[in-house]
Amino acid sequence: MPGCRAPRLSGVLRIDRATYDAIVAHAREDHPDEACGVVAGPEGSDRPERFIPMLNAARSPTFYEFDSGDLLRLYREMDDRDEEPVVIYHSHTATEAYPSRTDISYASEPNAHYVLVSTRHHEGQTGLAGDDVEFRSFRIVDGSVTEEDVEVVESYLFGHSPTTVVYD
Amino acid sequence: MAIEVRIPTILRTHTGGAKTVEGSGATLGALVDDLDSQHPGLKNRLVTEEGKLHRFVNVYVNDEDVRFTGALDTSVKDGDSVTILPAVAGGC
Repeated sequence: MPGCRAPRLSGVLRIDRATYDAIVAHAREDHPDEACGVVAGPEGSDRPERFIPMLNAARSPTFYEFDSGDLLRLYREMDDRDEEPVVIYHSHTATEAYPSRTDISYASEPNAHYVLVSTRHHEGQTGLAGDDVEFRSFRIVDGSVTEEDVEVVESYLFGHSPTTVVYD
Repeated sequence: MAIEVRIPTILRTHTGGAKTVEGSGATLGALVDDLDSQHPGLKNRLVTEEGKLHRFVNVYVNDEDVRFTGALDTSVKDGDSVTILPAVAGGC
């Protein structure tokens, strides 16, 4: 099957190296089951800052699902911290890193970057950095998929003013 | 007193952007009907044509997933808090 292609958006996912590596490591660890999680960030910032690996309640190589109790706790916590899910990631363990029909039908965060990692070439790899785990990012809005570029930055702390410190 | 309902981002187009709305009813199903009369279109996003909750949404009454408490027949009363969240799921 030829690789899937979607129209590309001018948008881009900017993600720091440590978070990128953490997502890939999680996908590798849970292989051959699908891994899933979220990277939360301040509402409206589009900055994925807080890596939150989630348990795949389905524990399946072909399906993932956040446990409903975990989901409620996650959203409540993000709400308390004025955060939103900036990245929602999961892995495909035997197919390419492209949203499946099921992924698209469930996608319901129009502001999120949907990150797909494929570990289909994972087996037999050395585990060294640079092996070919695929890492791609998409917007999924009203059932339509748009791929976007992924820009890995060394750290979000560089190039941004430090967060305000309040002394009381 | 009323029942407070938290609305996820994806459904806020129906509530004029509001994160929280209020409604009334003795069961979740009645509450959804009341919400739909105030915010047309909301029910369609929550309930299937067969009258069941969509599998794409999770609904909690006071932190309890209604799938385990009778779904749309779950009893609700003034002062309860209802949370609607999109399920996060998928698969290859």
